[in-house]
Formats: sequence, structure tokens, C-alpha cells
Amino acid sequence: MSVTTADAVRPLPGRRWLTAAIVWALLLSVPAWLPMLGGYTALAARVLVLGLAAMSFNLLLGFTGVMSFGHAAYFGLGAYGAGLTLKYLAASTPLAMLMGVLLGGVAGTLFGLLIVRRRGVYFAMVTVAFGQIAFYIAYSWNDLTGGYDGLRGFTRAPLDLGFATIDIANNDIAFYYFLLAVFAVATGLQGLLLASPFGRTLLAIRENERRARFLGIPIERHIWMSFSISCAFTALAGALYALLNNFADPMGLHYTLSGEIVIMAVMGGMRAFWGPLVGATLFVVAQDYISSITVNWMSFVGLIFVLVVLFFPRGLLGMLQGRGGR
Amino acid sequence: MTMLDVRNVSKHFGRLAAVSEISMQVAPGELRAIIGPNGAGKTTFFNMISGFFAPTTGDIVFDGVTVTKLPVAARVAMGMARTFQITEIFPELTVRENIRIGVESSLGLRQRFWLRARDLAVVRRGIDEAVTQAGLTSKADRLVGELSHGDQRAAEIATALTLKPRLLLLDEPTAGMGEHETYAVANLIRRLHKNSAYTIVLIEHDMRVVFNLADKITVLAEGRMLAEGTPAEIAENPAVQEAYLGKAE
Repeated sequence: MSVTTADAVRPLPGRRWLTAAIVWALLLSVPAWLPMLGGYTALAARVLVLGLAAMSFNLLLGFTGVMSFGHAAYFGLGAYGAGLTLKYLAASTPLAMLMGVLLGGVAGTLFGLLIVRRRGVYFAMVTVAFGQIAFYIAYSWNDLTGGYDGLRGFTRAPLDLGFATIDIANNDIAFYYFLLAVFAVATGLQGLLLASPFGRTLLAIRENERRARFLGIPIERHIWMSFSISCAFTALAGALYALLNNFADPMGLHYTLSGEIVIMAVMGGMRAFWGPLVGATLFVVAQDYISSITVNWMSFVGLIFVLVVLFFPRGLLGMLQGRGGR
Repeated sequence: MTMLDVRNVSKHFGRLAAVSEISMQVAPGELRAIIGPNGAGKTTFFNMISGFFAPTTGDIVFDGVTVTKLPVAARVAMGMARTFQITEIFPELTVRENIRIGVESSLGLRQRFWLRARDLAVVRRGIDEAVTQAGLTSKADRLVGELSHGDQRAAEIATALTLKPRLLLLDEPTAGMGEHETYAVANLIRRLHKNSAYTIVLIEHDMRVVFNLADKITVLAEGRMLAEGTPAEIAENPAVQEAYLGKAE
């Protein structure tokens, strides 16, 4: 017979809303408290952008159970899509974002078609391969992308709302809140997606592919859809990254960034919705702080990662939320 | 009238003939048990029926349609559902969520990004029905992975039932269970058969369960059909006694 223990029951839904409330309170008030801790707004902007990338990646790893080691490719394509649009097409920030999402999203959708039948390590390996192909294209196509030096000569355009113009180009705080608004829409959509019947089929695939198949769920198609959606959101993060830096470079497509995205998601907690954001925060802050002391910052971040994985296998937020949280 | 018509199927893995020329007909509403010693080819036979893999030769006709080479999803859509020897569930989801995935899949909502209020009401009703049927009402919000073996099995069967299957395939539903749990699962199967008129094919090792539940029994040995008949006929059959029952008792 089964024994009821407090442990065996999932935390009440209230716990999840509490996490969301804390996350939003902190994000909304960043300009008020961050300078007091010696931070600067651009650092918070970086957290938002990489946090969005990690959360988008986590749709695949944490909520579909499929590992990609090449998500930087879509991040980088998003960045180039936005940068090239601003440089050659039009000085429109929304158009730049749209083009970035399209470039990364379509690339992910087409590539996804080819690989959904692969599983596990094989899937991860082909995603690395595609990422490196994208990297070398960006690296070699000097005329278009600026090659190794990266794409320069564009700046984000002020946001024209029709009745008012928001100067996100020069006002850091305005730009931060612009990023936060995009982040809110993107993560809101992700939350709705995961709460939908389609989202539940992804959890089903993660939990037990065989059972899911015998419930009539077309596994390959749903993994493909999840991959495409994940890539499109990652590309959005990449587009925002180009806007943040007014710059796009091949390292934005390199597999080291893919690895960092994985580290953020796992460190923060891949089963927790906000986990990757927590991981991204730790990563970005640690990188910023430690790299001001030593050039070997990556070894320290690596050490933190190892410690987190050893002592909190569910990640930082997973540990804080207790068992079964998401 | 036949619900399931298996015609002369064989399955070869390389030079090994796991199943050789077995035929079987199951009538609507029948509960058929497949028994046989280890290595008799029972699970291989099952896997061909459910579409896990195709037979090397022979045909499988379900409800008048040849399904021999159809993929799993197509068979599920036609009304075939199965459980596995080792319970296959979604361990880190609750009983209710496990069942909900089945309900939404069977209602054709699996690709929806949102639910209308009307659909949601239907889904809720389906979940409640299945939870009650499986006798898991008091455990509906527990994670399935943390339930007892018997309750996990009940949750698996309940999830399969959400597909409203016309044929339910159960691979050793009481495997690895104690007295009490075996009794509970056997009772669940009896209810499904007697009260809800499900057509059920099951593989089972527990002879008390088999002889109490089955309308007809198919005996396999070494990949071949040894005998087929009512429980009384099988109990009397000398070949079965020699090859199987005699050895077991």
C-alpha cells in the first residue's frame, strides 16, 4: 500500500505564483535597486536577453526532454537578422526584431525537419554540427556579415508608437523597460504554450515517449514543432542582443554560447519555468564580476556550475521550489 | 463477427523464429488471455498486434481493416490501446495530468494552443470519469511516480481507457504485484469486462487471474500455438498440462 508523505505531494500552485510575483517585482524595480548594489542597467538588460534565450532553449530541454547543443545558431541568426535589417533595410526596431525571429525561426523549422527522427546524443550532435555550419558562414561571408570583426554600423531606432516616440536608442532605462516588455510577452506566450494541450503533449514526450506514442501523440511532429518554436524564441533573444549591443558577431553563433545557454538552464533548474532566468542571472553576474578580476573567469563559472549540479541537481530554483515544482 | 483477426503471423529476428504461424480470432466483448512459459513469444505476438513492429509474414485485421503495417498512431485512432509489462506512465506528472493527456489526445485536442470553455468542460468530465473508474479519486493529485505499483498500474490502465478503445491490450497487468494489488487490478479488469463490455486481450502469468477472468485462453509455447479453448478445456488439455501447467505446479 502507498504511504502518504508531505513530500510526495507537489507544492501547491500558490508556490508557483509566488515565484512569478517575486521575479516580476525584482525585474520591474531593477533601475531602483541595481545601482545601489553597484550594478548597471546594461547588465540587467544582458540578464533579460540571455535569460530569454535560456528559457526558450528550455522549452526543448526542460519541457520536451530533447537536448540541443546548437541553440546559439538561432540566437546568432536572430542577431544578424536584426542587424542586417537595421543596416540595409530600414531604421525600424520592430521590423528588425521580426526579421531576426523569421531568420532564426525558419532556419530552425527547416533544420528541425531533418533531425526529428534522431534521439539523444545523435540529436544533440547534429544540432552542434548545424550550429558550426552557421558559425562558419557568418565567419566567412565578409561582405555581408563583416566576418570575424562582426557586423557594425547599425543602431537601434527609437520606438515610434504613433502618438509618442520612446527613445530607446539613447535612454538606457527606457531601453531596459522596452526589453522587459518584449520579455514579458515572450515568456507569457511560453507560459500559455506550456499550459495548453499541446504543451502537455510535450511533457508527455519528455516523461515517457513510448506511452505518449501509444496515446496517439505524433511524437516526431510535436518534437519538430517544439524545436521550431524554441528556435524562434531564441532568435528573438538574439535579435534583442543585437539591439542591446548595436553589434552582431560570429561568436553569437558559436557552440561555446550554445554550451553557456545549456549551463544557464541546468544551473537555474530546467524543470522550473523561471529556472533558466535564475541561471542566466547567476551566469551573467558571475561573468561580469569575476572577469573584472581575472581573465580566467570561465574556470570559476565552471566551478560554480559543478557545485550547483553536485549539490542542487534540480538547479537553484528547482531546489528553492521543492520537489516537482515547475 | 470478429473484432481482432490474426492470420498466420510469424516474426523472425534474424534466424530466430520468435513467433511461428499463429492465428487467433477475438470476438467483440470477449476477454482473451494469452498464456505460455517464458520465451513462448507472447510479448512478441502482442507487439505485432499493437503495432510496435510488423510481422515478418501474416496479416492482422482489426475491425475489418487490415492493419498489419499501420503505425501505432493509426491503430490508436482506430481504437486500439495497450499497457506494458513494465508500467509505462508519466512519472513526474499527477494522476490527473496523466489521464488528462490521454483525454485531450482522444478528443483530438492535442495540437491546440488553448482550450475553449466548452472543450475544457468535456475534458474535466472525462478526467473525473477515468479517475473514478480506476478507483484513484483519493490519489488524483499525487505524482504517479510516487504511487504504489498497483496504483501506478491502475493509472496506466485508466490513461489507456481515456482513448475509449474498442480493443484493450494488457501485457501482464499483475506482473510483480503482491496478493492485495493483484486482487485489486484483477477486479478492475473484471469490472471493465463485465460492466463496460470492453474487448480485452491480456497476457498473464497468474493462473488464478487467468482462469477467473478469461472467456477463452490461447496457449503459446516456443513461438507456436499449443492450444486454444475455454478455461475448462485448457485445464483438461493434456498437451498444456505437460508443457506448461504440469511444470508450473
